[in-house]
Amino acid sequence: MDWPFLTRTAGELLCGVPLTLRLAGTALCIGFLLAASIAALAQSRHAPLRWSARIYVGLFQGTPLLVQIFIIYYGFGQVEFLRASILWPFLAQAYWCAILALSLNTSAYGAEIIRGAIAAVPRNEVEAARAMGMSGFLLQRRIIWPQALRHGLANYGNEANLLLKATSLASVITLMDVTGIAYRLVAKTYRSEEIFTIAGMIYLCLAFVIAVCVHMLERYLRPGGRV
Amino acid sequence: MQPAQSPPMPSGPAPSVITAQKLTKRYGALEVLRGVDLEAHEGEVISILGASGSGKSTFLRCLNLLEVPTSGDLTVLGERVRFRPKGDGLRIADHGQVNRLRSQVGMVFQNFCLWSHRTVLQNVMEAPIHVQGRNRHEVRDEAEAALARVGMADRAGYYPSQLSGGQQQRVAIARAIVMQPRVLLFDEPTSALDPELVGEVLKVMHDLAAEGRTMLIVTHEMAFARDVSSRIVFLEQGRVRAQGTPQALFRGGMDERFDQFVSHFMRQG
Ligand SMILES: Nc1ncnc2c1ncn2[C@@H]1O[C@H](COP(=O)(O)OP(=O)(O)OP(=O)(O)O)[C@@H](O)[C@H]1O
Ligand SMILES: [Mg+2]
Repeated sequence: MDWPFLTRTAGELLCGVPLTLRLAGTALCIGFLLAASIAALAQSRHAPLRWSARIYVGLFQGTPLLVQIFIIYYGFGQVEFLRASILWPFLAQAYWCAILALSLNTSAYGAEIIRGAIAAVPRNEVEAARAMGMSGFLLQRRIIWPQALRHGLANYGNEANLLLKATSLASVITLMDVTGIAYRLVAKTYRSEEIFTIAGMIYLCLAFVIAVCVHMLERYLRPGGRV
Repeated sequence: MQPAQSPPMPSGPAPSVITAQKLTKRYGALEVLRGVDLEAHEGEVISILGASGSGKSTFLRCLNLLEVPTSGDLTVLGERVRFRPKGDGLRIADHGQVNRLRSQVGMVFQNFCLWSHRTVLQNVMEAPIHVQGRNRHEVRDEAEAALARVGMADRAGYYPSQLSGGQQQRVAIARAIVMQPRVLLFDEPTSALDPELVGEVLKVMHDLAAEGRTMLIVTHEMAFARDVSSRIVFLEQGRVRAQGTPQALFRGGMDERFDQFVSHFMRQG
């Protein structure tokens, strides 16, 4: 084993961790807000709104993330009005293109998780709240969301894990995240096995940290779990 | 109809709390209620009896608008509930009114329906604080008093899943009475309980009735209905088939179908 090479490589790859985490974290937050909005649309009383939520989810779940990234990064530059819009300073940057693609993609999955979590809230508990005069936002805030959060958290943690790994695709549009740096090192040294193994281990550690956080949050939120 | 607004005369009847007139409810082609009239006066304890599927739950749920009747008139606490026509049925016209009325009409369900993410005490404090907007400290004292009334003071910090059915139902009763409701609706409050737990819930209800509370109770507990109610209403196929004092009805001979219904139950034990 070439220990000096391995430690040097690990050091260089670790420099990509902040970018990887920034991509995942930002996309997770934006994606969650989008997902909540889409889940709200999916519950709407108006059929066209429900349909548009369905179509949105179907579109982003039905196409590969890599293709979505390419469309946003290469395709948007061809569209005249986007080039002229105030968004262009963002869309011209690979970083924001990656954030956009990841956010849109995760929001489609997140919306489904939120929809399922809300559907899992016991109907009779909602009815009991209505019978006491609760409705609208109060009912959502006090009865539905707290329970949906508990139910959806494990699934959303899973989605966060998938998102973390999906950020590695951002490297194909020149971003120097952990995978991007790994590519560059391989091109320089041709020692792909060692380099990608270390990169994989870094993702494994990050995923483990996320899983532990989600687990702790779950325990905290479980009824009676707060000791 | 005008709501009863004049103060009760010493000789006259107590004011009406709930008045249902010609209430019907249809689910598609199924006519569940076929014109039910009922007037509940303050202080009355009315047991609603009837075979399974006769529309007891549906009727009770119409009274606090968990179901919207297909036609008819409903006056609750002196307010006529405002509906607007929709298709060949009705729709709630004023949700604010319905929420206000619901906060003064307590309901106890067959399956307790406590909020599983909140402790016993939180369950009881939830609506007074967030629906009625009352002061938290004041509510806390009242919630503890309500829990003491149903014998659950020592379980305030438990979650519903940690309680027996009878305990959960008693908490559900505390949750209802802490709102200081003008009338309490019970939909088979003991049907989901193991036989040995039925008594503790009936005892609480018995005490509430003795306090002079207005109660409408859907139940299959014949002995309880006979001993505690001031009036029995017997539903059959969505209509009031017979009503009267328990003495008059249980003596037999007033309505043949009621007698059959009762003897059927007695035989089952
Ligand atoms: N939401 C609904 N949709 C369709 N049919 C319904 C609905 N709710 C009740 N029904 C039907 O209405 C009829 C009366 O139901 P209801 O629950 O009022 O009876 P019940 O007298 O309370 O009976 P039980 O003693 O079994 O509780 C039943 O035939 C039932 O299937
Ligand atoms: Mg019923």
